[in-house]
Amino acid sequence: MSVQITSPRFKDNARHALDDAPLQAALSKVGPGFIGRRTAARDLLPEFDALRDSARDIKNHTLAHLDLYLERFEAKVKEAGGHVHFAVDAAEAREIVTRICRDRGAKTVTKGKSMVSEEIGLNDHLVACGIEPVETDLGEYLIQIRGEAPSHIIAPAIHLNKDQVEADFRRVHTHLPPERNLTEPTALLAEARGELRAKFLAADVGITGANFLVAETGTSIIVTNEGNGDLTQTLPGTHIVLASLEKLVPTLEDVSQLLRVLARSATGQEMSVYTTFSTGPRRPQDLDGPGEYHVVILDNGRSAMLAGQLREMLRCIRCGACMNHCPVYHAVGGHAYGWVYPGPMGAVLTPSLIGIEKGANLPNASTFCGRCEEVCPVRIPLPKLMRHWREKEFERHLTPAPVRYGLGIWSFVARRGWLYRPATDLAMRLLAMAGRAKGRFASLPLAGGWTKVRDFPAPQGGTFQAQWKARKSGRAS
Amino acid sequence: MSSRDTVLASVRRALGVSGQEAPRRQEVADRIAGHPRGIIPARADLPHAEQIELFKRMVVGAAGSIDHLADPSEVPGAVAAYLRARNLPLSVLRGQDARLADLPWSSEPTLDVWIGPSDGKQLAGLSHAFAGVAESGTAIMVSGPDNPSTLNLLPDHHLILVRARDVVGTYEEAWDRLRAAYGPGTMPRTVNWITGPSRSADIEQTLLLGAHGPRSLHILLVGGV
Amino acid sequence: MPSPSAQRPPLVGLFATCLVDTIRPSVGFAAATLIEAAGCEVEVPRQTCCGQPAFNSGDRVTTRALAEQTIAAFETFDYVVVPSGSCAGMIKTHYPELFVGEPDWMPRVERFCAKVFELVSFLVDVRGMTQVAARYDGRVTYHDSCSGLRELGIKAQPRLLLGSVEGLELSEMPDADVCCGFGGTFCVKYPDVSGAIVEKKAANILASGADTLLAGDLGCLMNMAGKLQRMGKDVAVRHVAEILAGQGDDPAIGVARKAGS
Repeated sequence: MSVQITSPRFKDNARHALDDAPLQAALSKVGPGFIGRRTAARDLLPEFDALRDSARDIKNHTLAHLDLYLERFEAKVKEAGGHVHFAVDAAEAREIVTRICRDRGAKTVTKGKSMVSEEIGLNDHLVACGIEPVETDLGEYLIQIRGEAPSHIIAPAIHLNKDQVEADFRRVHTHLPPERNLTEPTALLAEARGELRAKFLAADVGITGANFLVAETGTSIIVTNEGNGDLTQTLPGTHIVLASLEKLVPTLEDVSQLLRVLARSATGQEMSVYTTFSTGPRRPQDLDGPGEYHVVILDNGRSAMLAGQLREMLRCIRCGACMNHCPVYHAVGGHAYGWVYPGPMGAVLTPSLIGIEKGANLPNASTFCGRCEEVCPVRIPLPKLMRHWREKEFERHLTPAPVRYGLGIWSFVARRGWLYRPATDLAMRLLAMAGRAKGRFASLPLAGGWTKVRDFPAPQGGTFQAQWKARKSGRAS
Repeated sequence: MSSRDTVLASVRRALGVSGQEAPRRQEVADRIAGHPRGIIPARADLPHAEQIELFKRMVVGAAGSIDHLADPSEVPGAVAAYLRARNLPLSVLRGQDARLADLPWSSEPTLDVWIGPSDGKQLAGLSHAFAGVAESGTAIMVSGPDNPSTLNLLPDHHLILVRARDVVGTYEEAWDRLRAAYGPGTMPRTVNWITGPSRSADIEQTLLLGAHGPRSLHILLVGGV
Repeated sequence: MPSPSAQRPPLVGLFATCLVDTIRPSVGFAAATLIEAAGCEVEVPRQTCCGQPAFNSGDRVTTRALAEQTIAAFETFDYVVVPSGSCAGMIKTHYPELFVGEPDWMPRVERFCAKVFELVSFLVDVRGMTQVAARYDGRVTYHDSCSGLRELGIKAQPRLLLGSVEGLELSEMPDADVCCGFGGTFCVKYPDVSGAIVEKKAANILASGADTLLAGDLGCLMNMAGKLQRMGKDVAVRHVAEILAGQGDDPAIGVARKAGS
C-alpha cells in the first residue's frame, strides 16, 4: 500500500519482528514449506540446473539488447491495437494510470498482484483521485484491508495467521451475518471469493503486473494460481499492464524456458495454474476480453543499473526463492526490510531504487551464507551484489563509525606483521588469564555486539604463531 | 524529449550503444525470426501413446481430473455423468466451437447446453483446448468466439475437451502449432495455459482449491485410447 | 598445479587464520598433525589476516593490501592449507576478483589460488586420505559452514574422515547446512538477528542428541558454542581437526582448563 520507507530503521524493525510471537509463528512455516517443495520439484526435473543456465543466458542476452527489444515490443503491441506508455519514474507511471482510468470514467479498478504497483504506491494515488482500487490476489486483498505492505513478493500476507484474517474479515465485511463460522481456512477463502467475485464483474479497469513481456509478439504474461489476475485482465473494459522494463524476453520459446524455472523455484509446482498471455485488446469477433489494452513500461532507475555490476540484478524474475531460503528473512520477515522488496533480492534492488543512503542496512544485514545464490533460477550472484553496495557505502563514507573505526584499527595492525604478531600474542595472553577460571566471558569491553546474545570463549593463551615458533626452536635445540 | 525517448536514451547510454549498430540489430532480428529452442526436458520425448499417458498423469498431479474417451460421441454422456456425480444441475455453458457444436448433444436430452461467454452465473463451462502439453499436464486455450476466455475462469467447474491428437510433448511444440495457425509473431488476444484448478495458499500456506477461478478442472481427453 | 618432486614430500604452508592464531592455537597444531599424517611437511610462515573482514565490509584497498601480503608470504609453497572454509574460500574464490584486468598480477594470483585448500578437503581430495588414527568416545553432530559448503563443496569429506574415528557416533542435526548466524561482522552489527538465527541452530544441535558439535570454521564454532553456553547447554564444541588429530582431550571451546591439567 504505502511506500513509506523504514529501511534505515532495519535494526528496530528486526527487534520488533523478533518480539512478535504471531509473526514468528508464521515465519516458522516459511522455510519448511517452500524449501521442501522447491527441492522436490527440482529433483523431478533432471534438466533443472541446465534450464537455470539457459534462463540466465536469455536474460543476459535480452538486457544487452534491451533498447531493441523494447522497440520491437512497442511496435508489436501497437500492431495488435494496444498502447505502450513509457514512464521515467514512479510519479509518471501513476499519472499515466490515473489518466487512463479518469478518461474512462472509472470508479473501481480491480488489480492483479503487481510489485511494480507497490513500488510506485499506486493504490494510495488512485484513492486520492477518487478511484477505488481492489486487490484481488487473496494475499494482496488481506494486506489491503489491513493497510499494510506485502511482506513477501509472492506470498504478500505470509506474516498473517488465520485468526487475524478472520478478525479482519469480520471488521470489513460488515454486511455479512456476524454469527457466520469462519474458523476454517476454506470458509475464509469462500468469503473472499464471494466478496471479490462481485468486484471483478463491476470493475471498469483491470490493472495487472507482468511476469514477462514478449518482444516477438507484443504479449504480456501473468502467472497466477488463483485466477485473479486472469479475471482482472479479462472482465473489465480496459486492461492496463504495469511492468518494469527488464521484464522483456525475446520470444515465446525464451519465455517457455523461464516459465520452467519460475514456478518450480517459487512454489515447487511443475507449472503455476494459470499462465495467461495477453496481446492487444479483444478482437472484432470476440465475445469477451477488454476493449482497450495499455502497457506502462517503468524505468524508475533501472536503466542506470544496466551500466555496471547491478545489471545482473535485472535478471530477477521475482520467484521469491532467495527469501524463502534466507536465514535473515526467516528470522525477521519481510516488513523489517522497510520497503517493497524484502530478502536478498530486496537487499540488492532496494538501494538501487531508493538510494544507498536509505537502503544501506539491507545489503549489510546478510550473513553471506550464499543460499540465495545457490537457489536463484537466473543465477544472480546476490552476495556479490550486496558486497558491491557495501563497497559503495564504504567509498562514500557511509559505513557506521564504530564499524569503520574497528575495521581501521584491525587493518592498520593486520597490514603490519611486525606489530600484529607481538600485539596479538600479548593481547591473547592477557585475555586468556582474565578468562582462565571460566573459560569464557559473558561480557567483554568493545564486544557488546557479541556478548549481548552469546558468550565469548577465552583464548587458550599465546598465539599459534608464537607457540609454533617456540615449539620449533625447542625441537631444533 | 518524450518519456519514451528518455527511457530508450538512458538504456542506450548505460549499454554504451546507439541502437543503430547493424550486428546488434541483426542478432535481435535473427533471434525473433529463428526463435531458437533452449533446453527441452527429456521427460516428454516419448512415442505419442506414452505422451498421452504422461499428460494424464500430470493433469492428475496438478489436482485436475480426467476422463479418457474413445470417441467424441461419448462427450455429452461424460459431461452429464460428471455433473450428476457432483450433484450439479444438468446444465453446461460452451462456446460456438464447431467441434463442440457437432457433438451428439441430443443423446443427453436432460442436459441443458447453453452457448456464449460466461457472466459468472453458470456452475459448469465446457471449452475446447487448442492443445494439451504432456510435460506438465497443461491445457492450452486460445480466446475467440469459439472458446471465450471467461469460460476458463468464471464457472465453478471447468471441463476441457482435449483431442488426443492435439496432445504434444512440450510448450515449444505447441508454439509451433500456434504459429502455424495464426502466423508468425501473431497471437490471439488471450492464450491461457491451465494446469489444474484454481488454488491459493495465502492463508497460513495451507493449499486450498477454488480461489477465484474454477474449483474443479476436468479434462475430457478424446481419442488415442 | 604444483608438481612436487618424488624425492621430497610436498611442502605445505599452513595459513592458520586470525581466529585460530589468536583464540584457539590447538586447531593449528591439529591441522599440522593431520597435514604431516598426509605425508607433507608443514611450515608456518609469518602471516596476519586474509582480508575477509575488510572485503565483506567493502574496503577494497585494505583487502587488496592484505591479499598481496598473503600471496607474497605463501606463494613459494607447494600447497597452502587453511583450517577454515571461509578463509580458504576468501582466498581461492575471491582473491582473483581483486586483480581483474591486471595482467601483471593475474597469472601469479591464479597460480597461487590453485594451491590453496581448506584443510579437510585437502586431506581427502588432494592427499587421498580416507581414514585417521584417532579415537573419540562421543556422539557427534557436524555443522556445514556456509562458505566451505557453497564455495568449496565441502560436505562429504569431513563425514568420511569422522566415520573412521574409533568410538565416534555421527548423529546428523536437522538443517545442518543452514547458516548459524555468524556471518563475520554481521554478528556484531546485527546481534539480535544473529542471536535469533543461532538460537534456531542451537535447537537443531540439541535435537540431534549429540554431546559434541563439530565444524570446520572457528568463527561459526565460537558463535554456536557461545550461544549454547549462554543457554546453559552442555555440548562440547570443537573444530573438526581437533578430533581428527586425536586432540579430543583438550578443553572444548569456551571451557576452562581443569586445574592442574
